[in-house]
This record gives sequence, C-alpha cells and structure tokens, in this order.
Amino acid sequence: MIKNGADIVLECLLEQGVDTVFGYPGGAILNVYDAFYKYSDKIRHILTSHEQGAAHAADGYARSTGKVGVCVATSGPGATNLVTGIATAYMDSVPIIAITCNVANSLLGKDSFQEVDIVGITMPVTKHNFLVKSAEDIAPVFRKAFKIAASGRPGPVLIDITKDATAGEAEYIKEIPERIDNYKLESGVKDFDKVIDMINKSERPLIMAGGGVIASGASKELKKLQETVDAPVTLATMGLGAFPASDPAFTGLIGMHGSKTTSLAVKNCDLLINIGSRFSDRVICDPDTFARNAKIVHIDVDKAEINKNIFVDAKIIGDARAALDELNKRLRRKEHPDWMKQIAEWKNEYPVKYSGEGAFKPDDIINEIRRQAGDDAYLVTDVGQHQMWAAQFFGVEKPRHFLSSGGLGTMGYGVGAAIGAQAAHPDSVVVNISGDGCFHMNLQELSTAATQKLPIIDVVMNNNVLGMVRQWQKLFYGERFSSTTLNKPTDYEMVAKGLGANAFTVTNMDELRSAVSKAVANRTQPTVINCLIDQDYNVLPMVPGGESIEEPIIEITPDGKEVR
Amino acid sequence: MSANKAKMHVLSIHVENHAGVLSRIAGLFSRRMYNIDSLSVGETEDPKISRMTIVTKADDNTFHQIQNQLAKLEDVKHICELKKDQSVLREHVLIKVNAKDSTAIMQICQIFRANVVDVSKKLLTLELTGGPSKINAFIDLMEQFEIEGLVRTGLTGLKRGSTTEAEANMQEK
Repeated sequence: MIKNGADIVLECLLEQGVDTVFGYPGGAILNVYDAFYKYSDKIRHILTSHEQGAAHAADGYARSTGKVGVCVATSGPGATNLVTGIATAYMDSVPIIAITCNVANSLLGKDSFQEVDIVGITMPVTKHNFLVKSAEDIAPVFRKAFKIAASGRPGPVLIDITKDATAGEAEYIKEIPERIDNYKLESGVKDFDKVIDMINKSERPLIMAGGGVIASGASKELKKLQETVDAPVTLATMGLGAFPASDPAFTGLIGMHGSKTTSLAVKNCDLLINIGSRFSDRVICDPDTFARNAKIVHIDVDKAEINKNIFVDAKIIGDARAALDELNKRLRRKEHPDWMKQIAEWKNEYPVKYSGEGAFKPDDIINEIRRQAGDDAYLVTDVGQHQMWAAQFFGVEKPRHFLSSGGLGTMGYGVGAAIGAQAAHPDSVVVNISGDGCFHMNLQELSTAATQKLPIIDVVMNNNVLGMVRQWQKLFYGERFSSTTLNKPTDYEMVAKGLGANAFTVTNMDELRSAVSKAVANRTQPTVINCLIDQDYNVLPMVPGGESIEEPIIEITPDGKEVR
Repeated sequence: MSANKAKMHVLSIHVENHAGVLSRIAGLFSRRMYNIDSLSVGETEDPKISRMTIVTKADDNTFHQIQNQLAKLEDVKHICELKKDQSVLREHVLIKVNAKDSTAIMQICQIFRANVVDVSKKLLTLELTGGPSKINAFIDLMEQFEIEGLVRTGLTGLKRGSTTEAEANMQEK
C-alpha cells in the first residue's frame, strides 16, 4: 500500500509493538505529528515539558519493561535537547529509539533554520544512527534500528528523518519483526572448562553482578549459580535488583560507596566472578589493588569489555543467561561454610546503615519509603548523595525495579524516568528519590505527570546543598564550599502545587510517614515530598578517588576524623 | 593497562560505502584515545564496500581493544591485521624539490625507481611507490635538495598468497 513517510513511521512503530512514545513537536516534524493525530487511538503520545524529559522517560520505560523505549523530537534544539538522555541510555546500555526530524533535503548543510547535524552530534553516544532522506528508506531503517537497539548489548539508536522523507510516499508492506534471539554464546568449551576449573579450585569465591544480568533476564540463573557455588553476591549499582537484597548471601553494593562487607569480601576472596558488569572506575576504584588476592573471571556479552579496565584471568563472552545456564549445568554443588560464616560475621559487624548522628536520617527516610512502597515499587533516583543512600538502603528485591543513571551520572534524570516507568506500569508505585539540586534541573516535568495523571512520588532529599560535591569539598578541598550551597528561594511545595502535583514538606519521621501514606494512596496525581534534612550528612562508606577499595572511610567523626 | 610496548600495526577494514562512515571510524579512534598514524580509504571490487587501511601505534592489549571496538560499529563488515611478512604494503609519495642539483636528484631517482612527473625551471616533482622504509629513505635523501612540498597517501595493502579476498574474508569470520 502506498503511504506517506510519516504514516510509515507510525506503522513501523506499531509493527514493533510500541504503545507509548514520549516527545515534543516542532516545525520539521509536523508531518509525523499529523500522523500521531491520526493514529492516536493506537499509540499514546505523552507530551513532555522539555525534550530531555522525553528521552529520560523513554529510558525509564525501557529499563522498567525490557522493551525498547521511544522518544521523539523535532530538528535543531529539539534534537540537541535529547542528547543528554541519549548519552544516559548509552552509558547504561538501555535500548531506546530516538526519532528526530530534520529540515528538507534541499536545506541540509545550509545552516537552515533549526538545522543541526544530530547524526554527527550523537555518533559517540549511540549504538548506531541513521539519516533517512527518502520515504522508501523509512521502513527498512526502522526495522534495522529496533533490531540494533535490542540485540546483543542493548543501546540507543537515533533515526533522523528529513522533512521530504516524511512527506514523500512509498510502498509500505507490513512485516512481522524478526524475533531477536540474544540467548547466545560466543565462548566455546575451552573458556567454560577454564572457568569451571577455577570455580572448583576456589575456596573463597565472590560473585559480582551488574546490569548485564538484568538486561538478559538472568536473575533466577544468578541465584542458582550462587546456590551451586555457595558464594556471596555483591551488585554494582546497575545490577541492583538482579539478586534480592534480602538474601543472606548478599553483601551489599560494591564500589566507591559499597558496603564494608563487600570491600572485605573483595579483599579476601580468591576468585571473583563478574557477570555483566564492566569494571567501571566507580566499582574497582584502584585497578592495581582491586581483588588483588583473587583470580578474576569476566562474563560479558561485549568482547570489548574484557581487559578494558582491568586484566582478567578468564573470560566467557556471551549472554549472561546463556552463560549462567551452561555453568549451572556443568558445575557440581560446592560448599564453603567457613567463608559464608565469615561473610555473615562481617555483615553483622558492619551493618548497612547510616553511620552518623541525626534526628531525620537518610536511612530512616529511605527505609520508611521502602516499607510503604512495598516490594513491587519501582525506585528511580537522580544523581548524588540521595542516589547512593537509595542504592544502599532501599533493598531492591526484583530486577528492573531500580532505575538510576549509573554510567553518565545524569542529574535531572529522575522525574522523566519516573514518568516513563509509571506510564509503563500504571498500577504500580513509582518513587523518584531526588535531591534539591537534581530536582531543580527538570522539575517542570511534574506538569507532564500531572497532565497525564501519572501518580509518581518525588521525594526531595532537600539539604539546601549539592551534597555529594560538598562532601568532596569537605573531605578534599578544605571545606571551601564553592557554589554548592544553594540558598534558593524556591518553595518546593508551592512550585509542585503550581505544576499540578500534590506536595508536602516534612521535617521528621511522623510527618514523613503521613506524607508517604497519602502519596501512595493518591492514584491520580503526582506527589512531591520535600524532606528537609541536615546539610552535613555524608555518604559512607566512601573510597576516596584512586584509593583501594579495601579500606573505605566508614565514619567521619564530628571533629572531622576519618575512621577506616 | 599498557603493560607492553607500543608497536606499529596495520589494520584493513571493510566498511559500508556510505556517508559518515569515515567520521564514525575516526571518531572512535579519537574518543577512545587510540592513535592513527595514517588512514587511507577507497572503494573495493564491490562498490557497496570501501576498504580502509589504518596504521596505528598500540601495545598488544590496546590493539585488541581497537579491533573489538571497531567490530561493534554497524558499518564495519570485516577487520583483519595486515602483518608485514604476510602482506603487500605500499605507499605513494609526491615530492617537489628544488631543481638546482637536478643531476644528483635524477641519479637518486634512478636507484629508487622514482619518476619525475613534472619539471619546471626551479622545481622537480617526483613520485615514488613502495613500502614505508623505502619511502622514508627516499625522503631522507631528498631533504638535502630542499623539499618544497611533500604528500604521502598513507599505507594501503593486501594479504599475500593465492586466496582471493572473498575467501580470505570467509576464513576470518
């Protein structure tokens, strides 16, 4: 059937099972928005306040569902506003499709109004991108783009379509998308033999998992490996939820703000098995001392991650679930009672809780939210102190229920991502833990949530400072608090209400309890809970930049002494 | 992560022949801090495919990384290393030199089998094709005559032996 390019765009989205997109219209993309109007009973278009919000929403949708998220923007500034969101998705391997439209073919390269080379701009932050200049190329490019985004190591793909291509006509024949089979192994028997031999010889194995386990849906297989090997499990921030936080074998987060138990486990293990985590600098801290007494096994779908940040002793290339299935099939059950007892003792000695004093402490706040939100809640975070408190204390039980910008560390990620998660899971509780710095960056998206009746809950850990940067200034810059004390006149309650959200300001646990219960009960309107907290709370444990993970600072005394 | 010494490596890469591919490849090298000594690119026997020859200085681990990262690009179809002893490697140079001492220049040209491609009262333009060491030696000798201009194409190459390119590609995959 002959259709115009814009209709073909919508048909292609339907082919892929897309039910929701997030976007913002404009001149160059008028044809596509005309098609959204026509197809409005088939595809829900959520209009955000800013394109960045749309990109984060597509990301939140993708992370919380495992499906490909879609965001849409016009040429020029519309396209550039997506870039932070695309880069966020790229760093965390999240499959999204960003659709932008560009000026007419004849105006390309002429510095035309709202023209920008978005394909050039996004090259380093996309898995791949396309410039489509004629209507007949639209369908093949969309099919290829969705496949690229979701296969192997997932990632964002941008499709830039010129106005001519959306206006032009082409033959369109509906196709059923090719099934993407990610359950594949590149490694052969030799690699597995080596790893199995290492596991069999190990007396103190430690399993570490990351976002790859979540991406491949391998949580059950991870639990089975843990039981078979009888090893403790630590998770990278991106892996939270891949293994239940309540499991006795869970040692807590790993890395710069990981638990002391994890640090000790990394120091004392004789084998570290990393599944689907890329040994980021925030995880390994100092590469020379990381797991220095251990052999390291790296299981990853991306060959280029092997020996990138740290040299490893053995590798398995392939999908995490496929790799774990093969290991589980071949491994015999082992027991390490002394090692597991040691882990339990450390967990007992160094519980994951806030180490400092205070009446309204971060861990109590997070725990209360966790208690009322329940196991099924989706937890979103912004970036900074509150992010790490959420990662440390929330106790994520299920995969795809913790959404956070781990790689890029994008302040302002939270509200948009929460909108995406809530749009995908209308009946679930979605909580965004934010800080006053982050929240201020994209709080205009509250109006999006209000318009769409998406009952997201934004908890603002309001300490009037850019807490994480201030913490570094406190520890390493002689308390010279350059530009980190906010002192904004912003009345968060009033702003939230002005944008259509309900809002509470709370200063103690009683007020918090009551605000959270009202927020959870409100299923038609977003709620902001403005938590006024002390500006001197720290995120601990902390491994100062470049130092060994073995000796994190676990406490800072009121007179400023570091306890290791 | 750079345990061993950096060495010269020659990579031959088959890529899709369309706009933007060069910038994807060059962009990957620059953002990952990989070195490019020279890069040459042109169409192959199949007009849909271009071949890039990249000379890079890297230690063994970085060289592996380069190949693995390149392989992730959608537009990259095939990558192989052209090892010196198993490949024909050639470069082309054009040199403009002061013609004052033309007899001496011509003598050297004869030894190197370089051609004079343009003559004027003041200048001679010479061309030479060869492996990198031959080109370097020739340039070295020409320096005494005042080089007024010089351009090198960068290295290109093919694997030696009786296998056709298509067969070699199949084996690599």
